[in-house]
Amino acid sequence: MSLTARDVAEIVRVLEESSFDSLELDINGMQLRLKRSGAVAPQNEAAQTRAADRNAAAALMTAPAPAASPVVSGPAGTTPVPAPLLGIFYRAPKPGEPPFVQAGDRVRADSIIGIIEVMKLMNTVRAGFDGEIVQISAANGELVEYGQPLLWLRKS
Amino acid sequence: MAAIRRVLIANRGEIALRIMRSCRKLGIETVLTVSEADRDSLPARHADRVVCIGPAPSSQSYLRPDTIMQAALSTDSQAIHPGYGFLSERTQLAMLCEENDVAFIGPTAAQIAAVGDKLRARAHAVAAQVPVVPGGPVSTQDDAEALFEHLGAPVLIKAVGGGGGRGMKLVPTADDLPGAVQMAAAEAGAAFGDGRIYMERYVARGRHVEVQVLGDGGGRVLHLGERDCSVQRRYQKLVEETPAPGISPELRARICNAAVRFAAALNYRGAGTVEFLLDAQREAFYFLEMNARIQVEHPVTEMVSGVDLIAEQIAIAAGQGLKLTQEQIALQGAAVECRINAEDPRADFMPSPGRVTTAQWPKMEGVRVDTWIETGSMVPPYYDSLLGKIIVHASTREAAIVRMREALAATRIEGVRTNLEFQSAVLGSDDFAAGGVDTNWLGQFIQREDWEAPRG
Repeated sequence: MSLTARDVAEIVRVLEESSFDSLELDINGMQLRLKRSGAVAPQNEAAQTRAADRNAAAALMTAPAPAASPVVSGPAGTTPVPAPLLGIFYRAPKPGEPPFVQAGDRVRADSIIGIIEVMKLMNTVRAGFDGEIVQISAANGELVEYGQPLLWLRKS
Repeated sequence: MAAIRRVLIANRGEIALRIMRSCRKLGIETVLTVSEADRDSLPARHADRVVCIGPAPSSQSYLRPDTIMQAALSTDSQAIHPGYGFLSERTQLAMLCEENDVAFIGPTAAQIAAVGDKLRARAHAVAAQVPVVPGGPVSTQDDAEALFEHLGAPVLIKAVGGGGGRGMKLVPTADDLPGAVQMAAAEAGAAFGDGRIYMERYVARGRHVEVQVLGDGGGRVLHLGERDCSVQRRYQKLVEETPAPGISPELRARICNAAVRFAAALNYRGAGTVEFLLDAQREAFYFLEMNARIQVEHPVTEMVSGVDLIAEQIAIAAGQGLKLTQEQIALQGAAVECRINAEDPRADFMPSPGRVTTAQWPKMEGVRVDTWIETGSMVPPYYDSLLGKIIVHASTREAAIVRMREALAATRIEGVRTNLEFQSAVLGSDDFAAGGVDTNWLGQFIQREDWEAPRG
């Protein structure tokens, strides 16, 4: 028996959504070890996204300098889910795949809502509350600052 | 190497503003990384762009090399200026810069490592024929006893990974040796992740004299004279001046040349400071350590030399090398700097963070103020207590002291406690006026003047 990329992706998803921090598989001598604390992205892909991000950021810099404290107000009656760290925000597990969440989705506190990349290290971001997503405010592939609202949800 | 059009400043406080000033003059944009506590600070309002890198504690913000590197890449910054403290003398950020083709405005990671390891730095000094305090490494109790006997009491035990007064123990007698060795090794392991220690003869009446150097990274090094920073309390400098009072031109030249030899042997790149312990009576000096960064007290050198050290750092990082020759550096007059801290000298110099309700800095001829504090500024409790620095320049040391006393008297800071009054007392003392106090002097002055609150 061998594992396809799709199988590995499925196993990763299972681990992500479980309450475990690591997973080890041994199938006829083929070993797979997974740890939750962050994974290293494939080199070429990471390099591409970084180069792309540099260009995007360069374009941004021609706009007037943003205020030190971004205006934090979302739709009435909603709560922000802030970025837990500075990095590049990704809405989907991989380019081309559907996003983790969309406006209108109901999420639980432990639902994954995105990934933040810091120097090739991928960190999953969870909703933190049960509720319904009203608005997503951070764009895919964009630099997010610590504390910046990624999305707004109505707590249930 | 790409031209530097945008610099990310990985620091806060007065040095962040100081770096911005030079960048602006050079037409370079600035990106400032801030913690949540510094979002509304004066430096944050002056930067072209601000990115928040984490919560207030520095371990989760200013001390995160990966986050800072990501911020530099994502803002298209071609260089990172680390300022002083924080990541300036840790190899990780310099290494990340080297890997990601971003200029680190400072020395190479290898040079930071070479001078950060105090035993290696000592060996480099010996190789460059720079005198060191008699001593050597200690790994066993037997080593320690043999070396102690050879050096004679008292001795200092120092952590190889320490520096700036951290990780040092005074051993007055042979009886204190076994306990001190054991404790020093344990503490060094816990504090610096490196349990190695070494022993040096204790020079009781030494002065702290340091030399500012600039290196092009290819072996060419020049110096911008020395600074005397002997007015210290527990290794924290409070007053710095240049030139060092009461030393002969010959001795000054020997010290400055030794610093150049040391830095040149490392092919040192950027601005750095070589620190010496000066035994003025014997006209002898010993290498202490090298600080591989811009220093708090760099303005006194700028005042007498007219050189913008931050601009020189940036030029070197951009691959432009040294624009000056040693002959072009002329040092004129005398400069003195007083550090103004949010601390209470009458309560054992306890830090005094809080909201500054009034800040009036002196505006006088020959007076420069490097600060990040204005009326309404918040001094957070998470970082050092430096509010600003008052720097004066005059044709003579006497005139500079008079000017500094006037400048201190014209300064008003309210809302937090400060050492302004204390600095006035230091500058007004006969000993300071006479010049050439040693590093123990301030501690004695504090006790004599009954500055600390009575205990018990």
